[in-house]
Amino acid sequence: MGRHEPVVDWTTDFDHTDEAYVADPFPIWDELRRSCPVAHTERYNGAWLPTRHEDIAAIAYDTDRFTSRSVVMSEFRAPLELAPEGIAPPISSDPPFHKGARRVLLPAFAPQAVDQLEWSTRAYCHELIADLKAKVAASDDPASAVVDAAEGYAQHIPVRVIATMLGLPESDGDRFRGFVNHVLEGVDKPMEERALGMGELFEYLQVQIRDHMDDPRDDLISYLLGSELDGQPLDAFHVIRTVALLLIAGIDTTWSAIGASLWHLAGHDADRRRLVTEPELLPTAMEEFLRAYAPVTMARLVREDMDYAGCPMKANDFVLLPFPAANRDPEAFERADEVIIDREVNRHAAFGLGIHRCAGSHLARMELRVALEVWLEEFPDFELADPAAVRWSGGQVRGPRVLPVRVLN
Amino acid sequence: MRLVIDDEKCEGHGRCYSIAKELFEPDEIGNGVVIGDGVVPPELEHEARLAVENCPELAISIVDDHVEG
Repeated sequence: MGRHEPVVDWTTDFDHTDEAYVADPFPIWDELRRSCPVAHTERYNGAWLPTRHEDIAAIAYDTDRFTSRSVVMSEFRAPLELAPEGIAPPISSDPPFHKGARRVLLPAFAPQAVDQLEWSTRAYCHELIADLKAKVAASDDPASAVVDAAEGYAQHIPVRVIATMLGLPESDGDRFRGFVNHVLEGVDKPMEERALGMGELFEYLQVQIRDHMDDPRDDLISYLLGSELDGQPLDAFHVIRTVALLLIAGIDTTWSAIGASLWHLAGHDADRRRLVTEPELLPTAMEEFLRAYAPVTMARLVREDMDYAGCPMKANDFVLLPFPAANRDPEAFERADEVIIDREVNRHAAFGLGIHRCAGSHLARMELRVALEVWLEEFPDFELADPAAVRWSGGQVRGPRVLPVRVLN
Repeated sequence: MRLVIDDEKCEGHGRCYSIAKELFEPDEIGNGVVIGDGVVPPELEHEARLAVENCPELAISIVDDHVEG
């Protein structure tokens, strides 16, 4: 991947798109936590990488010195003029503007609202499984056929759920995945190419939002268009940017969480068998998968030149917040490097910490739980078909993108 | 033993009402709310402690109203 030189020294020249980091970041984080808990790089015009839970939490909470104006690290910084909203409010917004922009969204993503979507999500998961079963039946050896759990299952679930919620055509799923891939995984592409991809996404949404303005209906886009912020109706530009956020943030992340959980179960027979016989353990196991394989790393920008824990940070330096590294910090978790599916005390930070806690976390948890329940019900016995063929996504959202598993009947 | 949520710290992760639905419930934006007066019946003490220990924001505390003089 990447057009960058391979990393030799992770303490002074890290790169989150490096092949080694994409394939297996855990040993890199472990080593940095011991030797250099806040690493630096000149790449991306200057950036920092904390790996201890304590630092990641402190920076996430410090919205004064670290701004959310840009949350995806690349060569590009969102211009200061975009503050306080940022490119995609509220994820790119700072206090005090942030609170109101987030408040508008939260009721739509509260547990009560998410419950309403469970039935259709479950039905859709069964549909996907039926397609996979048809493939299995048509294969040379139906007793032991290989299917791709990422491509044929995990990736479709959040696309369908968020499209239904927003009120976008279900048939546009492939286009959404294209947009997402561009924004999140294309961070090492040239700037012109990135700008072009963003332009396509906004053009697409403009048409959809105009359509909702002409013909309001019972969905999240119409709800946002009818919402108020500080006594004023939300303007269409704010709505477009928020919808772009929901589309981008809601797909890759959940797809990754479902895929990583299935990857774990495909490779750990005892855990898989236990969840098949004790389905009531799934909510606890799911939190452990979220801890151990947290998909999301966020980013902040340093607001002004300053010293953080002895690091001379410069204004507009990026700071990555690798929540998955925080979740593996032995100072914060017992047996941090082990996946313990009945771990009862699990104060993980998979959905972030502080005011930017993932607004879709309740939705993501519902999708993850239903996706795993349906899969385990329908395919209780499965294993990795070829561990070396598994491919993980690069950038700030980590999950399996190629995941061949053998389903055994 | 009685449960208290610090509203300034709660960010709506929802771990408390997922773990102990007899003791906590979500409000309209998904933040955690203590049900009733927050007094924990003895049979729910384990759930109460788990809710405290799983809150990512350290927003929940247990208050002992029976401090000996």
